[in-house]
Amino acid sequence: MSGADHAPEYSTDDKSFREQNPMAEFLRMERMPHIWCPGCGIGTVVTCFVEAIKASGLDRDKIAVVSGIGCSGRVAGYVKFDSFHTTHGRAIPFATGLKLANPELKVVVISGDGDLASIGGNHLIHAARRNMDLMVICINNFTYGMTGGQVTPTTPTLANASTTPHGNYETPFSLPFLADASGATFVARWTALHAHNMTQTFGKALKHRGFSFIEVIAPCTTLYQRRNKLGDGLDAMDYYKENADIQHGADTRSVGISFQGEIALGKFVERQKPTFLDAVNDHYMKVLGDSYQLYGKNTAELRKEAEERARLSASEEAEILDCGADD
Amino acid sequence: MDGDHALAEGALAAGCRFFAGYPITPSTETAERFAERCPEVGGLFIQMEDEIASITANVGAVWGGQKVMTVTSGPGFSLMMETFGLACMMETPMVVADVQRTGPSTGLPTLTAQQDMMQVRWGSHGDYRIIALVPDSPQECFDLAIEAFNLAEIYRVPVFIMTDETVGHMHEKVVIPPADQIRIVERNWYAGPKEDYRPYDFNGRTAAPMVKAGDGYRIHTTGLTHDERGYPALTPAMNRKVVKHLIEKIESNADSIIRTEEDGIEGADVVVVSYGISSRIAIRAIQQARNAGIKVGMLRLITVWPFCETKIRDIARNVKAIVVPELNYGQIVLEVERCAAGRCRVISVNSCGGAVHDPEEILAAIKEGANP
Repeated sequence: MSGADHAPEYSTDDKSFREQNPMAEFLRMERMPHIWCPGCGIGTVVTCFVEAIKASGLDRDKIAVVSGIGCSGRVAGYVKFDSFHTTHGRAIPFATGLKLANPELKVVVISGDGDLASIGGNHLIHAARRNMDLMVICINNFTYGMTGGQVTPTTPTLANASTTPHGNYETPFSLPFLADASGATFVARWTALHAHNMTQTFGKALKHRGFSFIEVIAPCTTLYQRRNKLGDGLDAMDYYKENADIQHGADTRSVGISFQGEIALGKFVERQKPTFLDAVNDHYMKVLGDSYQLYGKNTAELRKEAEERARLSASEEAEILDCGADD
Repeated sequence: MDGDHALAEGALAAGCRFFAGYPITPSTETAERFAERCPEVGGLFIQMEDEIASITANVGAVWGGQKVMTVTSGPGFSLMMETFGLACMMETPMVVADVQRTGPSTGLPTLTAQQDMMQVRWGSHGDYRIIALVPDSPQECFDLAIEAFNLAEIYRVPVFIMTDETVGHMHEKVVIPPADQIRIVERNWYAGPKEDYRPYDFNGRTAAPMVKAGDGYRIHTTGLTHDERGYPALTPAMNRKVVKHLIEKIESNADSIIRTEEDGIEGADVVVVSYGISSRIAIRAIQQARNAGIKVGMLRLITVWPFCETKIRDIARNVKAIVVPELNYGQIVLEVERCAAGRCRVISVNSCGGAVHDPEEILAAIKEGANP
């Protein structure tokens, strides 16, 4: 960059912007500008995710991002990793196949609340139950953005949506509770305001072995905010700031969200349990012995790991909550 | 070995090492065989939470580098339909077997039919082309499973094996040749410079080579209309290019894809056109008709989609009638009528499934066709 008295060297529509942007290595700059509205929280989540990968030291060629459908479903199209934009609600099973076909990948699902918790709800609970080694980021804006602001399974009771024009009378899911109860081994929640914490948590989840679920409460200014007369993106940030309550290690039964009420944040759950693939390999090694062909890319390495786990299996599920480490 | 088990063995012989599935009668034995055999061969079996998850995991696994297969029956097949469209749009090579049973709805879950023949062709939304093969025996379940994988890899398209309950549960001798005598088409892996790689090439004749996630190409693919890089390109012009390609890569190669078996068509007055289990019943009727002095030939469709249009047109020019027995209320007969275009009579011997035809019904139709 040149001195302060000069104009910026790039603007959003020239070539140097695309090449010199600090995110250029991680984003498909040739696809910019993106489709998200001003004030939307999805871009913040993408930035934090990319920052976390940058800091993680992980091999960027071994990271794959899978999305479903909707505004958040478009994330896969903008990140410069192997990326897959799939059918509505099916990002998790797609990611499951991808991960199992090539276990050396770190597979991350980034999608919305409608996609993951409504049409994809069954896949969410079963992937958590199996402790499938996936990282799932659910961008929760309490609404279906791309189809025009309909109610979702996370819309707080009383909030207005285009299909609940007189206010929502249903009970919403509390996603951290759902993920925890289903067997997820890493569960956290932040808001789009908590960029630093979110990045830290993404970093941890990237290194977590097993099913991690991170909910990010994000504003949809065009639909949710406007329909509910909640102002713009900045007003959403004010609300998050005033109502956020960081409660690391909180019992997930207590972290439900009411309309414009308090939002409990933090890392609620972190525990270790064999992943689906660990369970497959450990089980067959035990019952079939040497006749079992270990599944996975590097058989020698897998066998070593499996033997290590067998030695440690006497100790039950170890709870390794280190509360407070995220802020 | 029964047909369901033979499907699994054929897939394993073709190099399939990933199976995500969900149990449904009468296809379950294939899944069970995979569950049994995968640990012995370094493969992975996973029983998913439903059919949608199964088929979607399979598409994901292809992009992770595996050869994949799943198997289902009517209701499960319907649930998978949306994802078949995704697989077509992403040009994903995969094999799906439908062990057909009667419907609609739950119908008769344990009894045979051929009622998904049009669903496989048109069931997913939008315009696309697939390949569908129909085995008539456990041996063909094995052989066509391998053929299906080869076609899937060549054309980067989902290939369907439309078997049925009777073939699925029929026990017959299956000859498994030595591995070095089986022709296996491996995936066309891209090997050029990274910066030049394009996952798609809409030339309408061939499919672009593939890479897998983790190889460092940082590919993007989507169910949206896309350009050669796989990036969304939402214009009618691009859609025309993509859809035209999906259709033409199958249609322009139809001659190399289509396999049929024929017997005594030359000089025949009547030809029976059938496929799968119905063709085995038709053989008995044809024999009886020949004993009665009727000149009757047989055309067995091994590939049903793409449809053998030219062959049907040629036959229709030279016969009095074409008889089409099938275990549905008339599906493939519509294609036969279309291609015959009034040049000869087309007699449908339809059935609402639950049991195979009585050969007498087919014989009666042959007699009717021979003596108008």
